[in-house]
Amino acid sequence: MTTIEQVRKRAEADARTYGYYLIADPDLLQGFLEGLKVNEDRYGYPSCPCRLASGKFEYDRDIICPCDYRDPDVAEFGACYCRLYVNKDVYEGKAELPTVPERRPIEKQSRVYITAASSKEPKAETGQKTAAAKEEARATSEPKPKLWYCKQCGYVVFRDDPPYVCPICKAKKEMFAEINTRIDFSG
Amino acid sequence: MQLSKVSGKNNKHKVLVYALSTCVWCKMTKQFLKDNSIEYEYVDVDLCDEKDREKIRKEIQNKGGSLSYPTIIVDNDVVITGFRKDQLKGTLGI
Repeated sequence: MTTIEQVRKRAEADARTYGYYLIADPDLLQGFLEGLKVNEDRYGYPSCPCRLASGKFEYDRDIICPCDYRDPDVAEFGACYCRLYVNKDVYEGKAELPTVPERRPIEKQSRVYITAASSKEPKAETGQKTAAAKEEARATSEPKPKLWYCKQCGYVVFRDDPPYVCPICKAKKEMFAEINTRIDFSG
Repeated sequence: MQLSKVSGKNNKHKVLVYALSTCVWCKMTKQFLKDNSIEYEYVDVDLCDEKDREKIRKEIQNKGGSLSYPTIIVDNDVVITGFRKDQLKGTLGI
């Protein structure tokens, strides 16, 4: 089980690495860290305390803290969506704590709910289903991870969508291209 | 769906809060309503089962809300997204 202190240290280290600050208000900060801890204990990963998670890693990957949207949100608004991470001006009280609109695409938000509805169908007839049919059902209902590379710095990532921004060089999503792989056993 | 009710002296409006149990802003919204003696009902969506979540999604979207939390629905009509003190004060006449 994760402790609050571990969650705090991780967030502090991440803020330091990327030049951000954690929200200055100690009560709010404690609230965020507790929320992250609850989610980590509940799902196995610290998904955003202010967003509804599905509990399925593939669907929640983009909202695991620090989420995919933090960098563009701090750059544009001065804070991330939940406002755990803020920029220097907000931290020092020179700028007000902003209201940050949800940047996560609605299709991804909706998947949290659709998962619930669609996951029931395959379960009903599991007995007779062949492994292939199950695999097919899984493939159509879940995102398929692919290899993506950043055309700017070469960073490679295996997931269903390219990241919102490159975690290494901060290039935008559009700079990512899919890597098509082919395994050939014929030599 | 299990709604929890918090009693308050001011029950002029029907206030429903869709919240997340892990969300600081949802907690602050509940506290703000309580501090102002507003009677309200709430449900923590992350603790709901799949069926209820889907129901809640439809309800929020039918009312023109977005799937962000907290979502506060006043008198089955006005949708407030996020912890917005000013909007809550205006709508509830605090």
